[in-house]
Amino acid sequence: MILRQQILFLHLTTPDLKSPAIAWSLYDGAAPEDAIPMNAGDSSEPPYKSILHAMRDGWNVIQVPALPQYPLGQEHDTGHLPYEYVLERKVPIHE
Amino acid sequence: MSNRLNMTPADPMHLLTAAQMAKFVTDGYLLLDAFIPQELNELVYGEQIRHSQGHTFWNESKHIRKVFELPEVQGIIQSLVGLEPVYDHSFQHIVPANYPIAQDWHGDSIIDVRPHAFDIQLFYFSHDAPPEMGPTLILPGSHLRRINTFSLARYKNIVGQRQLAGKAGTLAILHHGMWHCAQPNYTDKTRYVFKLRLRPGQEQRGLFNLEGYRDPEVSRIIQQGYQRWQGNEGRLDHMQRAKLWRYVTGDDSIDVSFEGALTRMGI
Repeated sequence: MILRQQILFLHLTTPDLKSPAIAWSLYDGAAPEDAIPMNAGDSSEPPYKSILHAMRDGWNVIQVPALPQYPLGQEHDTGHLPYEYVLERKVPIHE
Repeated sequence: MSNRLNMTPADPMHLLTAAQMAKFVTDGYLLLDAFIPQELNELVYGEQIRHSQGHTFWNESKHIRKVFELPEVQGIIQSLVGLEPVYDHSFQHIVPANYPIAQDWHGDSIIDVRPHAFDIQLFYFSHDAPPEMGPTLILPGSHLRRINTFSLARYKNIVGQRQLAGKAGTLAILHHGMWHCAQPNYTDKTRYVFKLRLRPGQEQRGLFNLEGYRDPEVSRIIQQGYQRWQGNEGRLDHMQRAKLWRYVTGDDSIDVSFEGALTRMGI
């Protein structure tokens, strides 16, 4: 059986792995090149409620986010979603 | 033809109210469904279907400027960027029929380094734009977050995202910092949107109808304007919009920040 990697980005509300997922992206290396990938805006509910829920479904956490820094003078600045986890699993190539 | 937008001082009834301005400061946009008269929509649409995607539509169209010269639209523009807005960019965007791919999330142009001043972008749909036709997707409340163009392109879905769907004549007015992307078009009709960017020619202080801007119900729009996706950063986003509220009201003493932190910390 030939396996390929799927990568799931899940963004949480806090660094607690049980906190609610608020953003998600799937990149599927097992899908054929001409398959339509996950599109921006194509779903309204996250595939898992939290990282812990995804782990229970077989996803491996391969990166946890470094905690944010708050430099003097920029304490109130905001930008990207800070609590971004990278999860992986290997699945058979899709027929 | 000049790039300038002709402006006429608006009747106060056409200026944004304090509540509308507080919504704009909080969510980063206003969406006005079927706002432009149908007669004008049909004139513009007739030109759009004969025009390719690009930045020349503004100067080549006979009718597009009439949309932005309507007194109701001029009142909104004046409320946000004043009486001398500077045109510096426009674009006719097209999503072909049966086009299944979304654009990646992005912010337009480059990082805005002005502390509070902001450009606006007006998105005008001359035809009905139901969700399946691919009207622009935005993330309400993202406009004050500092990102760089496509630095958020690996995001796909975010709780709270919404499309600027509406009937013909829908006009959306966006803070320039808004995260957004075009959507797939699952219909057999081409989707058009005309986008106009305006920057202020003056300080954006006290340009809207200030009546009642200190009322509790107006303050609550900002104080309670949290988005789920903002998570642990929600209080920081709250601080950002409280600072912006001071700027647009021109009142550097008003404090709608989290637990009055602007006052408490002498900011």
